[in-house]
This record gives sequence, structure tokens and C-alpha cells, in this order.
Amino acid sequence: MAANEREPLFSPKNLKLITNPINVDNPITKQVLGICSALAVTVKLEPAIVMSISVLAVMAFGNLIISLMRNGIPSRIRIIVQLVVIAALVILVDQVLKAYAYDVSKQLSVFVGLIITNCIIMGRFEAFAMANKPWPSFLDGLGNAFGYAWILIAVAFFRELFGSGALMGYQIIPDSFYDMGYVNNGLVILPPMALFAVAAIIWVQRSRNKELIED
Amino acid sequence: MQDLVNIFVKSIFVDNMVFAYFLGMCSYLAVSKTVKTSVGLGAAVIFVLIITVPVDYLMNQYLLAPGALVWLGAEYASVDLSFLSFIMFIAIIASMVQLVEMIVEKFSPSLYASLGIFLPLIAVNCAILGGSLFMQQREYQSIAEATAFGLGSGIGWFLAIVAIAAIREKIRYSNVPAPLRGLGITFVITGIMGLAFMTFMGIKL
Repeated sequence: MAANEREPLFSPKNLKLITNPINVDNPITKQVLGICSALAVTVKLEPAIVMSISVLAVMAFGNLIISLMRNGIPSRIRIIVQLVVIAALVILVDQVLKAYAYDVSKQLSVFVGLIITNCIIMGRFEAFAMANKPWPSFLDGLGNAFGYAWILIAVAFFRELFGSGALMGYQIIPDSFYDMGYVNNGLVILPPMALFAVAAIIWVQRSRNKELIED
Repeated sequence: MQDLVNIFVKSIFVDNMVFAYFLGMCSYLAVSKTVKTSVGLGAAVIFVLIITVPVDYLMNQYLLAPGALVWLGAEYASVDLSFLSFIMFIAIIASMVQLVEMIVEKFSPSLYASLGIFLPLIAVNCAILGGSLFMQQREYQSIAEATAFGLGSGIGWFLAIVAIAAIREKIRYSNVPAPLRGLGITFVITGIMGLAFMTFMGIKL
């Protein structure tokens, strides 16, 4: 038995924790978590990437910490304990961003703080970290953060490309296009376009994977 | 007085929490299946926002902002505790929600029964924390302005969730493409509503 208890770090079961949330169990398109920030920071690619990394850090380490403490948390006050853990991690992330990426931190404005109430994090704490060992929880955090990140980055990619003809601030669409009468699509920069973009992702994903369709 | 009205109207329509900033989207999508429950949740959000935004305003003004501790003595004038604001705000919100829940349960059991599980959920609604963070960022001048902002954004959120719930009740009879059913079509509708709300953006108050 003793030999069986130590499963390898990247056993198939653990790998599934990472791959599942990226596709079929995606936090945004399936679990409907963490949508607030996903939509608001996707006008440009750079803030979206920074936001993804911030969420990744908070998520993975938050899951790890909660999982380490899970047997000591009284269930009546667990929400407060979880909030304090997240808030402490978010303060760290915020201070790091202010120190090393001040411009992006200004662009993200309140949305860094709103990672605290990002439902993905609370949702994964409740659903996974409170009931699982530290290592799987860490992987689950990573997986869900990746699932969140690719949607964010995909949406931001299209919005920046079509909205301002650039990626990461560098112009992609050549000047000759503009000379021929190409115009940036101003609609894509407006907030509602993020919703249409996510709806399109959901549409594609669900038509490829029929079992996700709601009745 | 005019300032207060401006802030109030602006936070309902121009800076609508849902359509302009996507705050509180999670509960907005999850609880908007029927009008009745969404009215309950919307009312609870208004309620909590009116209380937490002014309290967080006082907190920010007398404890957290740079130089806020001056009332303790001149030597504290250079203290800047603003890095603590996230943890303070969320602690206040969580405890206020708990307090409101207890008070409502004690004095108005019927309201408590109708709000039900929504009250505790509100602690993690981004619209609430977002309200406090925007309040801090926009540097409102007085507690009255902060309260007007809290009330306005609460009402804006209420309008948004009741409207989407009403549309979702109707859309059940429509023939939506299968992969878009549920979540997808709700996103599209919200987007269209957002476009409609953008017409308010030109209003200068």
C-alpha cells in the first residue's frame, strides 16, 4: 500500500486537473466564474496578459495555502479566512505591479483589487482546495488560471488587432492597408464587444462539444 | 446638491456597473433566470452598497489615505496605509454583510426569507468591492457624495439584473441555436443592452 500512496507528481489524474479546465471544464465558458474581470481588461493584449499572470499567481498559491490550512479552518468562518488569504496575496501582486509595471497597473486600475472577489478563486477554494491535498490543489489552481488566461488572451488579441491594428502596442496592420482605405473598427474597442467575443468562443466551443449544450 | 444629483444619475446610467465595467457579472449571470429572484438580489445589492460605500469612505478618509492619520498627531502626517485598503475594504464588506444579515433576520423575518441565500453571497459580489474601490479612486469629496455614488451604482445594477431576467424569461420561447442556449445568448443580449446603455455616454452632467 505504501508504494501506491505515493503517486508520481504528474500522474494522469493530476495532469487532467490542468487540462480539463482549459477546455471542457473552462472556468469562464462552462463554470461561469470570473467573468467580471475577464471582460474589462481585454481591450489591449498587454493588460490582459498581466492580468492573467496575476490571477495565475493568486490562484495557484491561494489554492495551495487554503489546501494546507483546510483541516484547521472552522467551516462557519471559512469565507472570511479565504477572503483574507486572497486579499493578502492580491496586495502582494498589486505592490509588485506598482513597482515593476506601473503603467499597466494604472490601466488595470481597480481590476487588480477585484481579483479578490473574482469568483474563480473563491469557487475553486470552495470546490477543490477545501477537500484536496496541496499538490493537486496547486495544479487545479494552475489549470483553472490557464483556462481563464487563454480566453482573456484570445479576446484581447482580436480586440487589439481589429480595434487598434496593433498587438502589444506594436502596429501589425501595415500602413499600406490604411492607405487603401482600411479603417480600424472602433466598435471592437467598446465594452460590449468583449461580450460578443466571449459569446462567439462559447458558440464555437459548444458546437464542437455537444455535451456542453444547455437545454 | 446639484453635484449629488449628478453623481447619482451618472452612476446609474453612464457608469453603469454592469454595462460599463462588467462588475458583478457572475451573480448577474447566475441569478438572472427569473425576475422574482433577481429583484431580491438587486435589492440586497442596493442595500449593502448604501452601507459599505460610506463606511469604506470614512475608513479611507481617516485611516488609509496618505496623511489620513493626521488626527492622531502631526507626526503621523506622512503615514500612508493605502496598500492595506484591499484587505480593509473586504473585511468591512464581509462583516457588514454579516451584520446586515443578522439585523434583517432579527427585525424583518419576511425580508430575510425573501433575500434568503443572496445576502451572504453578496460579500463576494465584485460590484460591492468595485463600488468601494471606485469610490477611493475617484476621490469623492464628502460622505454625501460617496453615499450618492453607492446608491446610484446599486440602482444601476438592480436595473440591469431585472432587465436581463425579464428578457431571459421571454427568450425561453424563442428558437435559439443550440450551442448558444443559456450562457451564450445571455452574453449576446448583455452586449446589446450594453450598446444601448452607451448612448448615455454622451450626456455631460
